Amino acid sequence: MDVLRITFLRIVYSALLLAAVVVLNFVMIHLAPGDVADTIAQSMGGADAEILAQIRADYGLDQPFIVQLGQYIWKVLHFDLGSSYYYNRPVTELILERLPATLLLVITAQTLALVIGVVTGVFSARRPNGFLSHLVTIVAFFGHAAPVFWTGILLLIAFSLQIHWFPVGGMRDVTVTGGFWAHSFDVARHMVLPVFTLSTTFLALYSRLCRASMMETLGSDYVRTAKAKGLPMRSVVYKHALKNALSPVITLAGLQFSAVISGAVLVETVFSWPGLGTLAFQVIVARDTPTILGILFFSALIVIAGNLLTDLVQRLVDPRVRTGQ
Amino acid sequence: MSFLLKVENLRIELRMRAGVAPVIDDLSFELAHGESISFVGESGCGKSMTALAIMGLLPEGIGRVASGKIWFDGEDLVAASPARLRHIRGNKIGMIFQEPMTSLNPVYSVGEQIAEVLREHQGLSRKAAWAEAIELLDAVRIPNPETRATAYPFEMSGGQRQRVMIAIALACKPKILIADEPTTALDVTVQAQIFDLLRDLRRQTGTSLIMITHDMGAVAEMAERMIVMYAGRKAEEGPVDKVIAHARHPYTQGLISCVPHLVAHLTEERQDLNEVPGIVPGLAEFGQGRCLFASRCARATERCLTTRPEEIAFSDVHRSACWHAEGM
Ligand SMILES: Nc1ncnc2c1ncn2[C@@H]1O[C@H](COP(=O)(O)OP(=O)(O)OP(=O)(O)O)[C@@H](O)[C@H]1O
Ligand code: SF4
Ligand SMILES: [Mg+2]
Repeated sequence: MDVLRITFLRIVYSALLLAAVVVLNFVMIHLAPGDVADTIAQSMGGADAEILAQIRADYGLDQPFIVQLGQYIWKVLHFDLGSSYYYNRPVTELILERLPATLLLVITAQTLALVIGVVTGVFSARRPNGFLSHLVTIVAFFGHAAPVFWTGILLLIAFSLQIHWFPVGGMRDVTVTGGFWAHSFDVARHMVLPVFTLSTTFLALYSRLCRASMMETLGSDYVRTAKAKGLPMRSVVYKHALKNALSPVITLAGLQFSAVISGAVLVETVFSWPGLGTLAFQVIVARDTPTILGILFFSALIVIAGNLLTDLVQRLVDPRVRTGQ
Repeated sequence: MSFLLKVENLRIELRMRAGVAPVIDDLSFELAHGESISFVGESGCGKSMTALAIMGLLPEGIGRVASGKIWFDGEDLVAASPARLRHIRGNKIGMIFQEPMTSLNPVYSVGEQIAEVLREHQGLSRKAAWAEAIELLDAVRIPNPETRATAYPFEMSGGQRQRVMIAIALACKPKILIADEPTTALDVTVQAQIFDLLRDLRRQTGTSLIMITHDMGAVAEMAERMIVMYAGRKAEEGPVDKVIAHARHPYTQGLISCVPHLVAHLTEERQDLNEVPGIVPGLAEFGQGRCLFASRCARATERCLTTRPEEIAFSDVHRSACWHAEGM
């Protein structure tokens, strides 16, 4: 019962958060100088006050603020985010077209960073003065200090322009023919550098935290108990120590989720990956407000979904979270 | 007489920043089948280290057995392979720790934590191990064992957690149960319950018991023989009633007089001392060739400060490491 209630509460909070993002979006449109009428008038090559008033009436812009807000929320609830000035297409359509590419990049990078981070973290915790431990420290330092776009450009120069191992950018090669596997392989090849670039920063972060957290649990009383039970080392390390050590790593991964997404914007731009990031870059340059806000809305949606997911995983791993203790 | 456990000239060294310190210095003792002995002594005198050495669980990279032998059932545990030690731990020798609040894994149900050890050592199936875990919870007097088996440690009180630890330690019917201050962290009424439980379980299973404690009352209740430890060395050893009636070491006398009812109850002799003044020497002083108790001892003489006291036997079973033991 408790579990259901807490999960329900989490969903309600998430919905409220999303509503706040929508309202903020709207306020931002409202505060921006000029409105849709001006933009349309401009594209018509100018208009007089009467026509402007007509346009405002058509778009409901003469209504009071609160009514307009209501209408906006109503529209957003129906996934109607308006029309892009730049592409002249519905924003939702535009975003949904780009979303899979971004999700593919973000989820792959995050998963990879977590898996490798945890594995290296565990190994270096068992040998705190070993080679791997020091390597992780150095990589962590670089991962933290080097901006994503810089790493990206360096990798691009080295592996694509100099030794031609990987494509220079994009997500697919139009000349590739063949079935599903041929295309999957093509996408995978395009993904290598962007995913690597995006995951390095976070990988190092997760690895460091996992190492610290593992060292703590390995020295804990319950690990001593596990040893006193005569359990094999594998069980002591992975079953007893790691499951406890994962908690903070999962929490951090959840917190970093928004950072991964903003990192994705840069990585996509560097590697011309056809996702939300490149779209965001284009429409910001073009001052395409509805699309920018649409992307903000979807990013918020992804981050909130990511947090909910984190919560869920946390619950699976730690019974104390499950019962809210 | 054949012994179940025989520790010979055990020396345990701890690596410290300032060098190596012998936390246990030339310790020998025996434990017979079904016997119950108690280790007493102030904090830091090496009681837990002795227990951990028997388990092969000295803190990695810090502590090691420098010399000596630990014979268990005809096998030297000091020389045993890690695999062999794993087979003995939790199976032939069970151990309960001082802190029930942190000794259980917070992310597994208590049933699983008991069942696990049965699967490991007795090759039971998941189902059989779980059923046995419920039996064990019942044996350590946890009410509603079927439902409590699915509870997590944080859903239990300290006393209940210690019962679970006892269930884990006794799951494979070990030959020796080591209880390292099993009740120190619990309140008084719960302490009595845990001692009752341990006594009953021991009577049923015939397990030998090594009980480590600060509490002279618990010694009198639980053990047949006692070993008094001071600064990594054995000060006195003997049957509990004999030692309490006539302690042959000033340190033991001090400990006993800290518990007035014990003395009043068991003997007419009463010491003037009602506490042991001073503090235990630091680890750095542990190896010195003198009586380490001298700084706190009213009877100390020149000899005590220059030579380590030899063990003197008063009967086959009663021994004291004090230069002036005979005059006491
Ligand atoms: N991991 C460790 N690293 C360094 N020193 C340690 C470590 N564990 C114990 N010691 C030291 O070893 C000495 C003996 O410790 P031990 O735990 O055996 O004492 P004890 O008799 O069990 O005391 P207590 O009654 O407090 O449990 C103490 O001085 C302690 O400070
Ligand atoms: S040897 Fe000397 S100092 Fe040590 S306990 Fe005996 S009398 Fe005291
Ligand atoms: Mg101790």
